Amino acid sequence: MGVIDEEKASDNGYVPPLRQIQVGGTTEPISVAERIQEPDPLLQQEEVPYFDDTQPEWFEQIMRTESLSISFGDKKAVKEVSLPVNAGEVLALIGPSGCGKTTLLRSLNKLVDLTPTAKREGRILLDGTDTDLYDDTYLRRRVGMLFQQPNPFPMSIFDNIAYGLRERGSKRPRKKELEPLVVDSLKRAGLWSEVKDILNQPALALSGGQQQRLCIARSLAVMPEVLLLDEPCSALDPISTSIIEETIVELKDEIAIVIVTHNLQQAERVADRVAFMYLGDLVEYGVAEQVFNAPQAERTKDYVRGDFG
Amino acid sequence: MATSRKKQAQARARKKKVRTPGLWSLSDRIGVFLAWAAGLSLCVIAAVITLFMAWKGLSYLNLDVVTQSPEASLEQDKTGGFLDPIIGTVILTVMGAAIATPIGIGTAVWLTEYGRPAPLARFVEAGVEIIVGAPSIVLAIFGLLVFQQGFMAPFSFTAAGGEVFGRSFFAAGAVMSLIALPFVVGGTREALNSIPKHVREASYALGKDKASTIRRVLMPSARSGIATGATLGMARIAGDTAVVVVLLGASLQLAPEGGLPVIDVLKGTGSTLTSYVFQNSPAGEGNAPEKAYAAAFVLLMIVVGLNLAVNWIAKRGQHKWV
Repeated sequence: MGVIDEEKASDNGYVPPLRQIQVGGTTEPISVAERIQEPDPLLQQEEVPYFDDTQPEWFEQIMRTESLSISFGDKKAVKEVSLPVNAGEVLALIGPSGCGKTTLLRSLNKLVDLTPTAKREGRILLDGTDTDLYDDTYLRRRVGMLFQQPNPFPMSIFDNIAYGLRERGSKRPRKKELEPLVVDSLKRAGLWSEVKDILNQPALALSGGQQQRLCIARSLAVMPEVLLLDEPCSALDPISTSIIEETIVELKDEIAIVIVTHNLQQAERVADRVAFMYLGDLVEYGVAEQVFNAPQAERTKDYVRGDFG
Repeated sequence: MATSRKKQAQARARKKKVRTPGLWSLSDRIGVFLAWAAGLSLCVIAAVITLFMAWKGLSYLNLDVVTQSPEASLEQDKTGGFLDPIIGTVILTVMGAAIATPIGIGTAVWLTEYGRPAPLARFVEAGVEIIVGAPSIVLAIFGLLVFQQGFMAPFSFTAAGGEVFGRSFFAAGAVMSLIALPFVVGGTREALNSIPKHVREASYALGKDKASTIRRVLMPSARSGIATGATLGMARIAGDTAVVVVLLGASLQLAPEGGLPVIDVLKGTGSTLTSYVFQNSPAGEGNAPEKAYAAAFVLLMIVVGLNLAVNWIAKRGQHKWV
């Protein structure tokens, strides 16, 4: 568990990065291959405040990480990231492949802990409480997740939704008791009208987009407060993608959403706030329009302009 | 610097002669011909075996031989049929699969989903490999050793003086389960390994623990793999001779032991189609080759049927995740 420096930590939970950044570096043009070998010159720029202190604090912070570092063996995937997740908003994590955004996302419901080599430092808070104090299963009920590939279980549509509601052990709720919750979840995920007559059909017979919305409904059924989306549309066609995006925007009033995406247009369409990550560092965090239209860090500018990806 | 390296690479590529696709060389053509010949001759051999067995078997197969019990006789006309061996084969196959399936599933789940401590997992894997490789006569002799112990008397054919023969459907079924076990383990492991990691994670992400994930998500997904493994194992049991000869005895008819229904049959000795064919073939003592051909054909049909079932289960039970 990471120790926070009391003086440095401001009210909104922002902890300045501990790593000192040096100014300078080569100015001569170098090849891409050589650039990878050397520390990135753009990273060696002046420190950019990535937490937007100018925003009013009327929002409710549901989750936040404090100096969170995650490493797999010797490789540091996430470095000292402090990031708030606000209720009623969509937070998009963007950045090039391998920048640690998926690892960061998966750490929020402790799926990362399933990897034997993963090591975590720093804290993750849910409603102000350290998540280490919660049982993993309890945490995952409050922080749901949707994956890159639609992955309904090989059972009926109804049973897929009811799966999370059925407790293991003595008293299994009857189908009739579960039905209102199942129907409600399907309605919230915008799938009800398409499947209301085929609830007993196998879920794997649905189309990819329908399967993904079924997975959303499945997550919603256990009433999470935060929903993590790991590139939820990358395996889907454009029409299914836009339906999922609509669903995300509709859901954000009732549930905080964190989405990892490679698709900048998608981030622009759905996100209220954006965090840009690069090589494990959180480079910039702010309101979506600001990050996309007036990014403060050079690295962010290059990325949102499409210079690299 | 980088550009010069690139130029060097280009120069190297130019020096290398690009081979134009043309006619195959003679050795390649001979190789392809031999591969074709090998494949075709296998087909011919399989076809000859099947047709010969069908011709021989069907010419002697009739309703009487499959509905009558075998009788010991020097004249072939009076040797009866092979109803008891058919029943024996069915009993052994079902028993072996019934014992092997739960144990095999348990082993496969532990190996795939837990596999810790790793040395123990490797040890178990090696054990399964040894069972696969062991000749069934070796397993049979070992089984005889175990079931001849005095405490095994409740499961075995016993003499009036209290001597335990170590021969019964129980004994043969238990050892037969070892023959089927590696197939169940293999089928289940393959099925579990084919389930993407994110499906397990999706279950964890709903706040489920490992036990519920295995029971409610992985087991239903692996169902067809388990069924495939069990069916393959059944085909092997139905075709095994050594275990039957050593552990089931050579009585032609079912010989119930003790007074309890069902249990007495399982405790007693009997025969299966394989031991019946062995006894009555021209090489055996029974001297009823016509019956042997008919029985062999029935056995072949059972095994082919089980293998077709495997294909059908595998095709039907495929779950496709994107």
